[in-house]
Amino acid sequence: MLSTKPSRAAEKLPGRPPWILVLPALAGLAFLVLPLAGLLIRAPWSTIGTRLAEPQVLEALRLSLVTATLATALCLLLGVPLAWLLARVSFRGARLVRALVTVPLVLPPVVGGVALLLVLGRRGLVGGWLYDTFGISLPFTTAGVVLAETFVAMPFLVISVEGALRAADLRYEEAAATLGATRWTIFRRVTLPLVAPGIAAGAILCWARALGEFGATITFAGNFPGRTQTMPLAVYLALETDPEAAIVLSLVLLVVSVLVLAALRDRWVNTT
Amino acid sequence: MSKRSMSKCSMPMRVAVAAGLSLLAAGCGDTGEASGGKTLTVFAAASLTESFTSLGTTFEASHRGVKVRFNFGGSSGLAQQIGQGAPADVFASASPAPMKQVSDESRVFARNRLVIAVPKDDPGKVTKLADLAGPRLKIVVCAEQVPCGAAATKAFAAAGVRVKPASQEQDVRAVLTKVSLGEADAGLVYRTDAKAAAAKVRGIEFPESAKAINDYPIVALPKAPQSALAKEFVQLVLSAQGQAVLAQAGFEPASPG
Amino acid sequence: MSGVTGLDARLVVRRGAFDLDLELRAEPGEVVALLGPNGAGKSTALRALAGLVPLHDGHLRVDGTDLSRLPPERRGIGMVFQDYLLFPHLSALENVAFGPRSQGTRKREARRRAAEWLAHVGLADHADARPRALSGGQAQRVALARALAVRPRLLLLDEPLAALDAHTRLEIRAALRRHLAGFDGAAVLVTHDPLDAMVLADRLVVLESGRLVQEGPPAEVARRPRTDYVARLVGLNLYRGHAAAGTVLIDDGAIKLDTVDRLEGQVFLAFAPSSVALYRSRPDGSPRNLWQARVEAIERQGDRVRVRLEGPPLAAAADVTPGAVAELGLVEGSVIWAAVKATETHVYPA
Repeated sequence: MLSTKPSRAAEKLPGRPPWILVLPALAGLAFLVLPLAGLLIRAPWSTIGTRLAEPQVLEALRLSLVTATLATALCLLLGVPLAWLLARVSFRGARLVRALVTVPLVLPPVVGGVALLLVLGRRGLVGGWLYDTFGISLPFTTAGVVLAETFVAMPFLVISVEGALRAADLRYEEAAATLGATRWTIFRRVTLPLVAPGIAAGAILCWARALGEFGATITFAGNFPGRTQTMPLAVYLALETDPEAAIVLSLVLLVVSVLVLAALRDRWVNTT
Repeated sequence: MSKRSMSKCSMPMRVAVAAGLSLLAAGCGDTGEASGGKTLTVFAAASLTESFTSLGTTFEASHRGVKVRFNFGGSSGLAQQIGQGAPADVFASASPAPMKQVSDESRVFARNRLVIAVPKDDPGKVTKLADLAGPRLKIVVCAEQVPCGAAATKAFAAAGVRVKPASQEQDVRAVLTKVSLGEADAGLVYRTDAKAAAAKVRGIEFPESAKAINDYPIVALPKAPQSALAKEFVQLVLSAQGQAVLAQAGFEPASPG
Repeated sequence: MSGVTGLDARLVVRRGAFDLDLELRAEPGEVVALLGPNGAGKSTALRALAGLVPLHDGHLRVDGTDLSRLPPERRGIGMVFQDYLLFPHLSALENVAFGPRSQGTRKREARRRAAEWLAHVGLADHADARPRALSGGQAQRVALARALAVRPRLLLLDEPLAALDAHTRLEIRAALRRHLAGFDGAAVLVTHDPLDAMVLADRLVVLESGRLVQEGPPAEVARRPRTDYVARLVGLNLYRGHAAAGTVLIDDGAIKLDTVDRLEGQVFLAFAPSSVALYRSRPDGSPRNLWQARVEAIERQGDRVRVRLEGPPLAAAADVTPGAVAELGLVEGSVIWAAVKATETHVYPA
């Protein structure tokens, strides 16, 4: 085997793992898993069937899955080229741009929603023009939900993909160039396939974040069943009057997302 | 029935519109003891923020060494926190339903009525409730699960008006955000909220609001750590001084009885 | 000069403290090996030819066409990289078809051509294999086919044998020699292995610290090294000195060596380590070119033992049999006598 090929995962060291790592690891796991156990224990199992049959639940679930998937697609379309730009092109202010990309991560999502209103709202900087010229108004629409989720989720994709691009061996791209490939061909036929696992991991994170999105969505797109009411919004409002319904909705969202993520992870990440 | 410990504090914060767009974090009840002296903990509906903060200062001035700490938030979330054992002395709710989960001993101390909030330039030319049924208008109301939404439904029913809202917002402040930014042409909010956001929105009174008046009940909680102080604070709210502060914010006095 | 065929280049690359300034020519069909120690600039020169590092000065023409301003993808140069860099997500066939596809050939035609090239390097039955399923030698042949499939006028090979183990290397070197012989463009090969260079190249260009120090046909370079580095590579003892009347006074040494060449003036003097005879005490009959030396190191090399002798008067390497080591009782630090016959020395102008 050639020395530069990605080497097979090394054999795990034999022997007992040190407690100084195992204890915090178990504590961390418990911290992540116990709230889930709380939901499961307190769930009103006897009525769960009838609650799930309510059309509003399925509607919110469908809307969540559709918008999270569309948002992920939009993130891929815009985020992968952005990550490429950050990883492969040196330009003035690249550090600033890189910092700006992470803004949605630190911004409270509600503020993100307000910011989106100020830009894309009916009287916003861009939205005003859209409304006056084409009569398009994004708030209170499903498209608005997708935009809000995209805004919040895109940094996850950009950061993963940029990391993968930086870790990828640049010499493959050089080899492709000597074979006559243009930069676009190189990107399409060499770079993308090489960083595919990183893109898949980023897309999964992105999808998960979009699925759980609440603050930016309710602020920018509002809450209307069937149009903009995703599962997290339904959970939040159910909490006002019927905490048990909120638990059921949370569990549904949890189960569906875990199933989807587990399936994708096996398919994309582990096998590549 | 046991209450779940899902406090609204874990949810994202709500938007305040008062001076530009600033964010008010709904204060999460921190249960730590203040060092020295006594601390009175008041859980109150978010719409009481201004008036109760002012009354708290008054109370501290007349009770040396006493510190009043507030936890403002959505009434049902606060009720759930109290149900889970949050150490509250006083609970003031924006509607009777959450209060019922906590206590039957409450007294109504203020009333709030809905008004139509429109952007300053009123692009929809709204003058009365029936105007909100206009097909070209974007209307936002509170979701039915929260008190202002229930009140809006009642008011529409009383007026016989069918309104198709663009969005059912999670609380009054979210409705105000949409209206003040001009995303919505009109929304239904409490008179107190419209008054607080007077720089950005105009409140329009409508007669049908009489059918959907919200009672604000208050109670000194029976298990209050500071039960004596709690009763005194409730007295202050019900006193002429307290009522004057509330009236200034746009509340109506509780009808006797 | 645009009528010149083959490669005609002067490569000037500056990178911090390092700078490269190298004139390089290669006729069509000629294989030139760039030889030099690590950091001498061999790979930089190759990357400059490929367009992967920019030229600061100089020129670069292939068959009269100026390539110096073209990006790598428009130079029409084939390159075999040190680790081959086969695209891991593509099959062997797709790897070879990549170049023709990138140049605009239709997919079917590109694959047909790729299949031909794979057959040419003897890997027709590995067309569908992924690079990770190929042995090092197979990967090297795929890389060669991939570079040749773009029909380059100039072929560049960066340490094409370095990643192979000793056994495979022998076999692949012979195959590579055949393929290079069949290639009608100019070829530039970078290596630090003198044997690869001798076997594969028509001409050696030796580079040290970014400068050409010696060039010529392999046999000529091997016989007449002009730097210590080249002398070490080809396994000769090399000295500079002044020749007069059949003797050479070695620079920095207090010794005069008799030779059989009739040269005058500044010269190089070389002799093989195997020409050095060692004695425990001063030999009888007193041969000429005799000196006393201290043993600096003793190293086993195959079935020979290399004895390094400290100067002055003459630092030298001597090859003896293990039996001789025992007989002479050689240990590091021993003081012995060394001699070399005049007929075993080789003198050429400096």
